[in-house]
Amino acid sequence: MQIYLPIAEMPVSVLLILGMGAAVGFISGLFGIGGGFLMTPLLIFLGIPPAVAVATQSAQIVASSTTSVLSALRRNALDRKLGAILVAGGLVGSALGVWFFAAARRAGQLDLVIVVSYVTLFTVVGSLMLKESIREFWHRRKGGTVRLRRKAGEHAAYLGWPLRMRFYRSKLYVSVIPVVGLSLFIGFAGALLGIGGGFIVVPALLYIFRVPTTVVVGTSQLQIVCTTLVALILHAITNQAVDMVLAILLIVGGVFGAQFGARMGRHLRAELFRFLLALLLLAVGLRFGLELVLQPEEPFSISVQEVRS
Amino acid sequence: MRALAILLLVLAGLVPARAETLITSLSNHRVLINSNYTGTQIAVFGAIERDAQTVARATTYDVVVTVRGPHQFLTVREKERLGPVWINQEQQKFPSVPAYISVMTSRPITEITSEQLRQRQKIGLESIINANDFTYARDGADKPFREALHRLKTQEGLYIEDERGVTFLTSDIFRAAIPLPATAPPGNYEVDVTLFADTVILARTSTSFELVKTGFEERIGVVARDWSLLYGLATAAIAIFFGWLANVIFRRD
Repeated sequence: MQIYLPIAEMPVSVLLILGMGAAVGFISGLFGIGGGFLMTPLLIFLGIPPAVAVATQSAQIVASSTTSVLSALRRNALDRKLGAILVAGGLVGSALGVWFFAAARRAGQLDLVIVVSYVTLFTVVGSLMLKESIREFWHRRKGGTVRLRRKAGEHAAYLGWPLRMRFYRSKLYVSVIPVVGLSLFIGFAGALLGIGGGFIVVPALLYIFRVPTTVVVGTSQLQIVCTTLVALILHAITNQAVDMVLAILLIVGGVFGAQFGARMGRHLRAELFRFLLALLLLAVGLRFGLELVLQPEEPFSISVQEVRS
Repeated sequence: MRALAILLLVLAGLVPARAETLITSLSNHRVLINSNYTGTQIAVFGAIERDAQTVARATTYDVVVTVRGPHQFLTVREKERLGPVWINQEQQKFPSVPAYISVMTSRPITEITSEQLRQRQKIGLESIINANDFTYARDGADKPFREALHRLKTQEGLYIEDERGVTFLTSDIFRAAIPLPATAPPGNYEVDVTLFADTVILARTSTSFELVKTGFEERIGVVARDWSLLYGLATAAIAIFFGWLANVIFRRD
């Protein structure tokens, strides 16, 4: 069954979009990430204009993250204070990101900006996580105990900067400066790349701040909901590229996928969780990297600046 | 008085092309896009009328139907190697080119008329794309970009050339079907019909049809453009509602 998308100005298959929403929603619920980094390339592959793809799938992220946050709230698997700081910084970052998105689109280098950012972020974050993961497995093999809990005095120096704050739920006592810095960066990257930024939040909370895995997913999802919500509205105003019909289809698939993903995530061992997430990020990073490095079959591409009639 | 008569005779002799008139009609002047729109077809009908003084021609008529869609500002970019990576380097701007072009002819265009005439009158897809006003000339550097645009647009099904697209029902009545893929953008489409005989243009008509979004599709477009804040808030509300709904449905765990 085909349906015509009023903003993208093309028809798509309803079942295909629902299926894509469900699959990406599942991964999103499982790992506490937005899933936009999977959805955006899929939509562009279907022929949907990049601007519409980026802007519209933020609606799906809002929906699937809302359902994750609600279930995390019910299980008290969420650090509200940490979440609030991440949200506040993320909002400022988002506004900068949307502005930069419009500027890059005008300059015609949007594709390059997006691809290069994806590759760097994913390969760097993915390899770091994978390294950590493999070391963990190695330790376990040798009979040692896995210790992600920090030792006394093991903090990195920047965690001890001034303005220290206590986060009870996350068992943290750190300076807010790195936390705010992280949130700004995530908001910016999220709005620019059409991603909730979860794949930066999750590893950052896990490895930099050593927050327990159970709290990470819920807190990251809270941050994702708020920043993506703002990004969605700003995209609608600035770029007028949000396709409501496409959004609804993605949302319906996404929220159910996210619920199943979240349920499965609860039965996953913590180190396996980190290992799988690392693999996922690396795979996506490599895919974009190859696109950048390999000789393209068709070196030419067309982009539409504006419609004149 | 006699001088005037002679002048009239000379004038009449100078414009023999007026002997044939072309009458064309479209099956539809307003194509509506609704939620299950997946492209359509527009039929062009035409009749060739000869006035009483004109003798029948020895050769048959040829017809070229050219359809141009709404104009777009396109940029064609070429990926080139820069160190280890392939990035967009050279580019060519096409400030105002049709998003859709189709050229339907009654037989291969090279047989209908000469290359000079095709280029001068922009008859045929290649002549339209290679015309001076299509993009900026840059001493031949624009050539690969024109070719790339032609190739990519043909792959998308938006630039079409069909050398059997026009069929003659009788010797002076013809029809052509203009295929309109679903990705052809809404807007105004100009239809030019040119009549040839013996490689010479005898007559020309032009008409147009409109591709418009209707009902829900149109309203969404208007709201997204004119009330963008409201539209963004509404989309956000829908997203949150569905998120909450899924949570309620799965509450049992």
